[in-house]
Amino acid sequence: MNLHAHPLIVLPAVVLLLAAVAGCATQRPQPAPPSAAELDRLQRSGDGAPAAREPAQPRSPLDDPASPLYRKVVYFDYDTTEIRPEGAALLRTHANYIYQTPGARVTLQGHTDERGTRDYNLALGEQRADAVQRFLIAEGVPAERLSRLSYGEERPAERGRSERAWALNRRVELVY
Amino acid sequence: MSNGLMQPPHSLAALLLSALLAWGLAGTAWAKLTIEITGGVEGAQPIAVVPFGNVDGARPDVDIGAVIAADLARSGKFKPMPRREMLMTPHREEDVDIREWQVLGMNSLVVGEVMPRATGGYDIRYALLDVFSGKTLLVDTVISTSRGLRNAAHRIADAIYADLTGEPGVFATRIAYVTSGDDPSRVALRVADADGFNAQTIVDSAQPIMSPAWSPDGRWLAYVSFEGGQSAIYVQDLGSGRRERIASYEGINGSPAFSPDGRKLAMTLSKDGNPDIYVLELGSRQLTRLTTHYAIDTEPAWSPAGDHLVFTSDRGGQPQIYRIAATGGMAQRVTFQGDYNAAADYSPDGNSLVMVTREGGRFRVVMTDAQGGARRYVSNGSLDESPSFAPNGNMIIYATQNNGRGVLAATPVSTGASHRLSRDSGEVREPAWSPLLR
Repeated sequence: MNLHAHPLIVLPAVVLLLAAVAGCATQRPQPAPPSAAELDRLQRSGDGAPAAREPAQPRSPLDDPASPLYRKVVYFDYDTTEIRPEGAALLRTHANYIYQTPGARVTLQGHTDERGTRDYNLALGEQRADAVQRFLIAEGVPAERLSRLSYGEERPAERGRSERAWALNRRVELVY
Repeated sequence: MSNGLMQPPHSLAALLLSALLAWGLAGTAWAKLTIEITGGVEGAQPIAVVPFGNVDGARPDVDIGAVIAADLARSGKFKPMPRREMLMTPHREEDVDIREWQVLGMNSLVVGEVMPRATGGYDIRYALLDVFSGKTLLVDTVISTSRGLRNAAHRIADAIYADLTGEPGVFATRIAYVTSGDDPSRVALRVADADGFNAQTIVDSAQPIMSPAWSPDGRWLAYVSFEGGQSAIYVQDLGSGRRERIASYEGINGSPAFSPDGRKLAMTLSKDGNPDIYVLELGSRQLTRLTTHYAIDTEPAWSPAGDHLVFTSDRGGQPQIYRIAATGGMAQRVTFQGDYNAAADYSPDGNSLVMVTREGGRFRVVMTDAQGGARRYVSNGSLDESPSFAPNGNMIIYATQNNGRGVLAATPVSTGASHRLSRDSGEVREPAWSPLLR
C-alpha cells in the first residue's frame, strides 16, 4: 500500500501527534490538551448517530474519520521501541476491533526517522513493529492475524529535516 | 566471484525475465553526476598534462588530456597546470624542452597523441616525464574503441598515478549509489564512473532500494529491494542485467556483503525472530547463522583477509561495532568511545575502520584503527553516513547533505582536496566504490 497515496490516513494522525508532542515535550511552552482530549472528542463523535443513519451503506469504522479506529499510527521517542501511553490506548482500541472482526488481518509497518545508519534503522523499525505486535498479542489478538514489515527510514511520512518531521516519522502504521 | 552463483535458473525463469525487462527499460544513460572539488589542495604536486595531439586525421570526441588532468586533480594529490599557462604543447617526449617546464615549476609532465586504427578506434600513445631530471618515466600505448575513450583516459591516469605515488589509481573504477529525483518516492540504483560520467540505471522502483555491495571482481552488485512488497536481497550481473533473488525470508533481508573471495554473502536476516548476521555460501546455497542475540545485529563487513567480520550491535544498550570470526563464536566489542558507532567498513589493507559515529546529536564519519582506537573525524556534516574506502584505500566516500540535499562526498585519508558528487535535482545516497576493475 502506498502511504503517500492516502493522505487521509496520515493527516489525522499528524494532528494527534502534534497534540501529543505539545503535551509531552518538556521544552514546549503551552501544555496543550494532549492526545487524550483529542481521543475523547473523536470517540464522542464516533458514538453519535451518523453511522447508524446510513444502514444501507455500512461503513467500516476504519474508514470513518469519526471513529477512533480511523487513526492507525503509533509514535515513538527517538531511538526507542517503547509504546507511549497514547499509543497504548489506540492499540487497545484496535486490539478489540481485530479480535471482534473475523478475517481482520493487520501488517505492522515499522519506521524510523532519518538519523543514524540505514540498516540499523531497518532493524529498529522492525523492533518497533515487534513491540506493537507483542502489545496486541498481549491484548488478546491472535498472532496469526498480525505480521511485521520494517521500512526503516526509507519511507518517511513527512519529508524535511526538523524535530517535527522526525517525530512524525518514528512510527508504526497499522495497515489492515 | 565463483562460477556457481548464476547457474540454477529453473524456478527463477520468470524472475530473471522480469529483471531483463527492467534492465531493458533502465539501460539508457542518465544525466551524469556533477562533480565538484571542495577542499584545499595544499601539498598537491604540480603536473602539466599537455593537450593530446590528433594524428592522421584522428577526431576523438573526448579530450583525453582534460580527462587525465581532472582525474589527477580529483585525487587531491596533484595540481594540474591550467592550459592557458602552457607556453608549448609538445605531443611526444622527444619534442619536449624540459627547461621550459622546470621554469614553470612543474614536477611532472604528460604528453600524448591520438591516432586512428585501421580497424576502427584509436591508439593513444602517451609519455610521463620527470621534469627535474628530464627522464622519461613511462611510455605506453593504450588501444581504445571510439566509445571507450573516457575509460582509456582513466586507465592512463591510473598508470600515471601509480608511477608517481606507488599506489594503484582508482580513476577507472565505478561507484554504485541509490538516487531519487524530483519524485522522492521513485528510487533507482545506479552505477557511474568514479568521475560521475556514464551513469546507468541498474534497477529502479517505486519501493525502497538499499545497500548496494560489489562483488570483489566488480561484475556483480548485491542490493536490497522492496519491490516484492518486503525486503529481499538480489544479486545482479552488471554485464547482462540478469539477476537473482538470493534471500527473501520473512522479516528483514538486508545489508549484503560479499566475502573477499566472492564465494559468500554475509547478510542480516530476522527470520528467526530478530536481526542477526548470517552467511550464505553462494555455490551450495548453504546458510549459516553467525550471531544469535536478542539485540539488533546488522551491517556486517568482511575483513580483507576474510577471516572475520565486523558488525553493528546494540547488545550493550547502544549501537557499537563488534568483531566475530567468520566461523562464528564469541563476538568481541571493538568500539568503546561514543554512544553510537555503526556501519563500519575496513580499509583494503585491514589496518583501519571507517564508521558512523554520533556526537552532540551529529552523525559524522570517523576513522579508527582496526582495534577501534585512534579516532579521527573524516566528515563534518550532521547526517553523514554510508562510509567506505576507495579500493586503493586513499579516499573515503560517504553520503552527506549539501543545502538540504543528499550528495556524495569523497575525502582523502591523508591530505589533499575533497570532492562532491551530486545531481542537479534530487538526492544521491549510499555510495559503494567498486573494486579495481581488471
